[in-house]
Amino acid sequence: MKKIFHDLLNGKKGQNRSRNGVIHPFRVIVRKEMSDHMHSWRFIIMVAIIALTCFGSLYTSLSNFSNAVKPNDPEGAFFFLKLFTLSDGTLPSFMVFISFLGPLLGISLGFDAINTEHNRGTLSRVMAQPIHRDYLLNAKFVAALAVISILFFALGFLVVGLGLIIIGIPPTAGEFLRITAFLLISIFYVAFWLNLSILFSVLFRQAATSALASIAVWLFFTVFYSMIVNLIAKAIVPPETASMRYMIGYQNFILNLLRVAPSNLFSDAGTTLLMPAVRSLGPLSMEQVQGAIPSPLPLGQSLMIVWPQLTGLIAATTVCFGLSYFSFMKREIRSR
Amino acid sequence: MKTNVIELVGLTKRYGSFTAVDHLNLTIGKGEVFGLLGPNGAGKSTTILMLLGLTEPTEGSVEVCGIRSTSHPIEVKRKVGYLPEDVGFYDDLTGLENLIYMARLNSIPAQTAKEKALRLLERVGLQNETNKKTGKYSRGMRQRLGLAEVLVKSPEIIILDEPTSGIDPAGVREFMDLIRRLSKEEGITVLFSSHHLHQVQQVCDRVGLFVKGSLIAEGNIHQLSQKLFSGDFLTIKAKTAVEQPSLQADFQKLKGVHAVRLQDGTYFIECTEDVTAVIAETAVKSGAGLKYLQKTEYGLDDIYNRYFS
Repeated sequence: MKKIFHDLLNGKKGQNRSRNGVIHPFRVIVRKEMSDHMHSWRFIIMVAIIALTCFGSLYTSLSNFSNAVKPNDPEGAFFFLKLFTLSDGTLPSFMVFISFLGPLLGISLGFDAINTEHNRGTLSRVMAQPIHRDYLLNAKFVAALAVISILFFALGFLVVGLGLIIIGIPPTAGEFLRITAFLLISIFYVAFWLNLSILFSVLFRQAATSALASIAVWLFFTVFYSMIVNLIAKAIVPPETASMRYMIGYQNFILNLLRVAPSNLFSDAGTTLLMPAVRSLGPLSMEQVQGAIPSPLPLGQSLMIVWPQLTGLIAATTVCFGLSYFSFMKREIRSR
Repeated sequence: MKTNVIELVGLTKRYGSFTAVDHLNLTIGKGEVFGLLGPNGAGKSTTILMLLGLTEPTEGSVEVCGIRSTSHPIEVKRKVGYLPEDVGFYDDLTGLENLIYMARLNSIPAQTAKEKALRLLERVGLQNETNKKTGKYSRGMRQRLGLAEVLVKSPEIIILDEPTSGIDPAGVREFMDLIRRLSKEEGITVLFSSHHLHQVQQVCDRVGLFVKGSLIAEGNIHQLSQKLFSGDFLTIKAKTAVEQPSLQADFQKLKGVHAVRLQDGTYFIECTEDVTAVIAETAVKSGAGLKYLQKTEYGLDDIYNRYFS
């Protein structure tokens, strides 16, 4: 990963860099965007908030750690992962924090990507240079994603490192891979919100409008969506005499409705990866559970369970990206 | 023989039912300074955007240096430098950094980009502001930085969209001199859009008058006003020191005078040829004395009034 970033930033690879030190224009834009992000106040503020909450959640999980490890726990071998999921009830866990603050980070890096460029009068200047029009859009996305990835990996590994120092037991290879997979999924999750806000920045001329629109979508999914699904669930609740098959169908329908929300996809995926004992994300019948050994799933199996969630997140990201692409490519670029 | 670097054939752009540019045919030769003159909303900017492939024409074709802008905009943009109206910069970067960024988007290596940027900043007279953030630049400085940026890619053609709006008169003169020098010294073709006749007059070899999406006349300024106002009357304003009632009739009798009107002590003399000298003579001879005499030249105002109403 680091090497990819290094190459991306410095273009050291032979074929990517021609003899006389010319850097591909795409990379020039990515570099500038990354440096813009890192120098911007909003990024510094977001990093501060996220770092604070990370360490807050680390503290709560650590202070609760001794109570959490029980004998005969099927997840006993994975107590290092509890650093990310454990909470004493006063502060949410690391995972919940990410699912809450990640969207804000994505939105804050993307909501003014195109419209500010337009309002400053720089868009028509950049577009008058011999570069493809999509370079700008792609570069904005790649730069923000690179910054987010670096941030998440840094924070995730910091939490691991601190946990390691404090509890004194190193994570197993499986745990480490699970944490890495979880961080990757968090990045995909934030990438969705990033792309959504880039889409709004293409659609709306005012940065404030696009920020509000992104935040409205985020609020809708975090606050109102589950309420609406609850209402629907209550309205179509099957009678008690309904058959088992019908009940399961109903449960699955409600779950699928909930899964329209990206935050739900993320928390499903995160839970499965960080709690190896989770075997299914849907309802399980008695027959299915019968005979199952209460042991954690191997990483491959957990990944199989979250695969649909991951695909869903990537698909949603791609849809947003496609829409912004479509709207940006044919647009007339006027100055201001 | 002159080669044509810009060729527009039947170029049309419609926005819904509104036609911004209407079957425009225009050729500009190499090394020429061409002024696109017209009121706001005449379709000048739209034409420029189509030249650069930043918007697609509804009909017609655009060729710049023999390359079609619609299908190969990248190649066109490599040869054309464009200074948009109301240019903007990355305010948190210095003038030098802004220039280097643009140079590198043109695949110029870092070291060369810096040398070139410094040289150009000196050329446009910003050598003392290289390390100042562009957010603190004045309007005239931004415009000059814009010109430096246009030149950083060593273009064959530069397109300037209303480059002088919002600059003070001294700044305008400097800017115009700069453009003139560039075109003469480096043989760069310049396409210049403006709604100020006298500015266009100063620098342009040829002018195209653009009204409501079509080019109604082109040529140098002299040809243009002849073409537009041939068969029209010239108006001479004269004010005498003393009121003398017989003077109006005297003026009327002169050869070439069509009508004389007296208004607030000023004579408005409409004539078919330039009779300024004769009028002066008549006024002095009559003993009324001459306080003020002016031949009205047709400016953009008249052109506007004529074609825009």
